[in-house]
Amino acid sequence: MGQLIQQLINGLTLGAVYGLIALGYTMVYGIIGMINFAHGDIYMVAAIMAVTVLTLLGAAGITAVPLALLITLVVVILFTAIYGWSVERVAYRPLRNAPRLAPLISAIGMSIFLQNMVQLTQGARVKPIHALLPGGFELGTIDGFTVHLAYTQIMIIVVTVALLVLFTWLITRTSFGRQQRACEQDRTMTALLGINVDRTISYTFMLGAGLAAVAGVMVTVYYGVVDFSIGFVAGIKAFTAAVLGGIGSLPGAMLGGLIIGMIESFWSAYLSPEYKDVATFVLLILVLMFRPSGLLGRPEVEKV
Amino acid sequence: MSTHHTLLEVEHLTMRFGGLTALSDLSLNVAAGQITSIIGPNGAGKTTFFNCLTGFYKPTEGAVRMHHPQHGALLLNEMPSYHVARKAGVVRTFQNIRLFPNMTVLENLIVAQHNALQTASRFSLAGLFGRAGYKAARQQALEKAEMWLTRLKLLDLADTAAGNLSYGTQRRIEIARALCVDPLLICLDEPAAGLNPRESAELNELLVYLSREHGKGVLLIEHDMNVVMRVSDHICVLNFGNKIAEGTPQQIQQDPNVIKAYLGEEETDEKVAA
Repeated sequence: MGQLIQQLINGLTLGAVYGLIALGYTMVYGIIGMINFAHGDIYMVAAIMAVTVLTLLGAAGITAVPLALLITLVVVILFTAIYGWSVERVAYRPLRNAPRLAPLISAIGMSIFLQNMVQLTQGARVKPIHALLPGGFELGTIDGFTVHLAYTQIMIIVVTVALLVLFTWLITRTSFGRQQRACEQDRTMTALLGINVDRTISYTFMLGAGLAAVAGVMVTVYYGVVDFSIGFVAGIKAFTAAVLGGIGSLPGAMLGGLIIGMIESFWSAYLSPEYKDVATFVLLILVLMFRPSGLLGRPEVEKV
Repeated sequence: MSTHHTLLEVEHLTMRFGGLTALSDLSLNVAAGQITSIIGPNGAGKTTFFNCLTGFYKPTEGAVRMHHPQHGALLLNEMPSYHVARKAGVVRTFQNIRLFPNMTVLENLIVAQHNALQTASRFSLAGLFGRAGYKAARQQALEKAEMWLTRLKLLDLADTAAGNLSYGTQRRIEIARALCVDPLLICLDEPAAGLNPRESAELNELLVYLSREHGKGVLLIEHDMNVVMRVSDHICVLNFGNKIAEGTPQQIQQDPNVIKAYLGEEETDEKVAA
């Protein structure tokens, strides 16, 4: 029982991170109908950047944890958003009216480029940081198993919930959100109503990158180690989460992320940690076979 | 409206797709406060003409000039397509309706006013949280949407998803949405298609109201001669990409070229009838 609760907490934390990355996937997919395969690497860039900023802040003598975290978040979000913007500008905008396969390939190219760039400039070794938020609560011992809730886990869950609320509001209630949904449904018509579609798409990429940045910072703080290759697997899993929840749906992405986080942590605890990725991808295959529009996705109804 | 000054000036417009000439050397003026209709058999180049106006196609030759009271003469064929609506004040509707089906009717109309809202929020997130200017702009946007919804008898459908409504209703929503952009020129591609006689009569009345009362230029592609002949101030007839006649409805009805294009020549009359 204690073990179960512990895995629930771990799964929730992991799922929140996947969910945040998946939100970016789903928003970008919604607006241009394309999987941004470089998204996972944007998240990796953010995580590496977080190590750099935290180290610099440490060297500058700013050691108060909340302040250091806040500065890191702001700086990393800002720079990662610029990455998001550049990726869209370089790899996708020139291919806007090309066949769908072309931007897919340039996305994969972008992903390889980012990984190699970080590997060359930052080195291939794992980058550690000092634990920023060590410790946590002991929730008690059940059946001889002590359940821990780390401060970092609380941080991740709280930040994720806050961002989900913020983005839901942004998309459903604001002028930008309406503009974004209009682009999703009919880009040509949106332009003909006087809306700058290219700019809306750029903003969407920047917002998606910003979410990946938050995930990157939090993972750095949570695990304390990052390297240039974390983007690939995290990206693929977040993609699975987005598909599972119904690609294009914000709550769906979050739900998908949580389910995958749970599966991973339970699988690792009760079955075998080596096969946790297999479990995730088997789920992806099952979803694609039996419910291709995802849990919360709207099935495509073709009108005749 | 006292003056019917020229709003849109089309000069020697030619559109070629490979070997096919869809529009050939078309020149045409559209005046403010008047209804100008483009008619012609299927494939005559009417929709191609609209596509050239709204930045879908880059014309092979020629120019489309919009005379804007504030911005002066604007070349539509050299603008990004979102400027056609935002800067030049030209909007269009489509033969096959293009609403945002998953949004409510009201949202469809508010999206069209997004530029005003975006300016009021100064492009910032902070602007959305209770800046006085933003609230006022949002209020105005809602009032404008409400005005057109009322005028087009759509008010009780405001919160329904646009995609769930009937064809005739969707057509009216599309026109209402276009009007929310505050256009100087509204281009309607077969707005009467699929409307029943009562809806069609209401459309006639609306078009006259827009041109006479609001001074808007109306450019109309239409097959329904009941609409065209009743409301048009000026008609331009296209056939195989060429302008074959231009004039008032009376002139067009008597024009031998037009009769020939629509009914065929004397010798082929029987074939057409058969």
